[in-house]
Amino acid sequence: MSGYSEYDPKSGFEKWLDARLPIVRLGYDTFIFPTPKNLNYWWTFGGILAVLLMSQLITGIILAMHYVPHVDYAYDSIQHINRDVNFGWMLQPMHAVGASMMFLAVYIHMFRGIYYGSYKSPREVLWIVGVVIYLLMMATGFMGYVLPWGQMSYWGAMVITNLFSAIPLFGEAITNWLWGGFSVDNPTLNRFFSLHFVLPFAILGLVILHVWALHVPGNNNPTGVSVKNVDKDTLPFHPYYTVKDAFAIVVFLMVFAAFVFFMPDALGHPDNYIRANPVVTPPHIVPEWYYLPFYAMLRAVPDKLGGVIVMFGAIAVLFVLPWLDTSKVRSMRYRPLAKLFFFIFVLACIGLGWAGAKSPTDLVFVTGTDAATGEHSGFSFLWFARILTAYYYIFFLAILPILGLVEKPKARPESIEKSVLKPTGEEA
Amino acid sequence: MRLSILTAALIAAASLGLSAGTASASEGAELKSKHFSFEGVFGTYDKAAAQRGFMVYQQSCSSCHAMSLVAIRNLGDPGAPFYDEEYPNPNENPVIKAIAEMFTVQDGPDDEGDMFERPAKPFDYFPSPFANDQAARASNGGALPPDFSMLVRARPHGPQYIYSLLTSYEDEAPEGVELRDGMSYNSAFAGGQIGMPPPLFDELVEYTDGTHASVEQMSNDVVTFMAWAADPKMETRKRMGWMVLIYLFIFALLMYGSYKAVWKDVEH
Repeated sequence: MSGYSEYDPKSGFEKWLDARLPIVRLGYDTFIFPTPKNLNYWWTFGGILAVLLMSQLITGIILAMHYVPHVDYAYDSIQHINRDVNFGWMLQPMHAVGASMMFLAVYIHMFRGIYYGSYKSPREVLWIVGVVIYLLMMATGFMGYVLPWGQMSYWGAMVITNLFSAIPLFGEAITNWLWGGFSVDNPTLNRFFSLHFVLPFAILGLVILHVWALHVPGNNNPTGVSVKNVDKDTLPFHPYYTVKDAFAIVVFLMVFAAFVFFMPDALGHPDNYIRANPVVTPPHIVPEWYYLPFYAMLRAVPDKLGGVIVMFGAIAVLFVLPWLDTSKVRSMRYRPLAKLFFFIFVLACIGLGWAGAKSPTDLVFVTGTDAATGEHSGFSFLWFARILTAYYYIFFLAILPILGLVEKPKARPESIEKSVLKPTGEEA
Repeated sequence: MRLSILTAALIAAASLGLSAGTASASEGAELKSKHFSFEGVFGTYDKAAAQRGFMVYQQSCSSCHAMSLVAIRNLGDPGAPFYDEEYPNPNENPVIKAIAEMFTVQDGPDDEGDMFERPAKPFDYFPSPFANDQAARASNGGALPPDFSMLVRARPHGPQYIYSLLTSYEDEAPEGVELRDGMSYNSAFAGGQIGMPPPLFDELVEYTDGTHASVEQMSNDVVTFMAWAADPKMETRKRMGWMVLIYLFIFALLMYGSYKAVWKDVEH
């Protein structure tokens, strides 16, 4: 579908412009694009993410007009935004909650990609660009969380930047280089602000590549069966999917608005309303909820370097996922075993998030109590996280490669067209 | 089935995110359950309680606790304890002016280069009781009285926590607990030993509206006032929130109708 264009300039001006800068053609081909007619609501999260990215960019640029990236003024400037700037009380929570909403949407988008095999040939590059976007989102979100310069901002920055000190030989030098000094301090805050401002534009560029890479093979679909007949299997993206996406986007915005206006603090940590204090360590340093699964993996390994490798490896493995999954069948709808292991995988990720929010010594369940000391014994979150981390890796490195060779998939529909026809007795 | 499992997973993930923020801290101490006027999606600040709370703050708390992010004029903003519809500009509100005159602030330097004292104006911020954290610690047995500006939002279950703290002082420490010098026993405080001596006594404040100033009543009032100080735009935000949600709901219905109309002839 790349290079294929149905744009037919009608007016004289359109013809004139098309011969010089075919920008209308670009827009036309982007939106009047053959799209499988059987996409379900899980496919609307790409559009939702695009809207959220725009919302983050607009609120972020306005916030940057009022924010002061200095250790002495950062906290107060966020307060100033919330208390004095016109509509600052709305923009600041929109931006903070918006980050959570982006991660919520991106996780659904990624689980959808895994379930329906959207990373498989010929969409490997589309998937990899997506993983790069996710990685940049993690970096951007982390640096953004540091900017309000509350206790969790400061100590979160301390924990994450310290991870690099685990690198053999150069660890300390790299950490000092990242900090711009010998601790998290003003130079760190300044560079985080600079990078937090610029990275979203890198994300925007990658999103354009992501959409471009989507337009070459076209959308995957819930059956995973490729488009065979463009006329029978597909519909133009506009108006069919613009209107469906618009409905889903508005519903998602209602969830977003409920958080922004009625519980702006629900997804954050109260400690971040305390000014950063380098001499007082909070009792529990926890990252934002969307990093918790990785935080659990980090702490599941007793060795620091090992923990860092396991944590970053969990993202690295996503890059090679297209080649780890050996099954030729895209959609797990027709792969009963893969489907089962996939749902366990989703639960494992949620369980890891739970473990990340708890202290490793906390107990998942109690099996007994020491009569003398009154101390409980039982299954700790440390071991809970270890088992789930193991499953995370086994899913990608063993289950998906082996299942593709041994699993017998169910019969798939001949075509997208056939899959959507309602079974009307004999005729179907 | 497939859909419902994923939906359940999502709800679980979302609720996990919710609990992650509040899971820590406040352990080891039971909080009293108490409902405040400003809680819930329709909650607003009980203005009379917030005004009484301001009296409690001023006559008791403010001798140790700063509230550095709140300006005197803020007391007369929409949604604030002393808002008066006749004076949309709080700087003209006579109540706010009178409150401002109760404070003295340092200004300067003047033309000779000297700092001088003057009565506060509505645009001034609440003066802090101590010059710096060190001075505050030195006067309070080494403990630092936290700033009130964001305190309610800076503690898990902030309103309940502060209410419990104010009403859970005990004259005697339970057996086996050795109180350190200058400490008081408070069952709502982590560890039980708190540097702040009991700040409230019955009839400590003489309420001008005739309300009986019990410890529970004053605690309720000052928490309401502190909640306003930490979230002064809450009423504006909730009001806007309802308009946004109603707008989006109608928009969603329109989009759903459009979706059904556009897809009417497509079997999918």
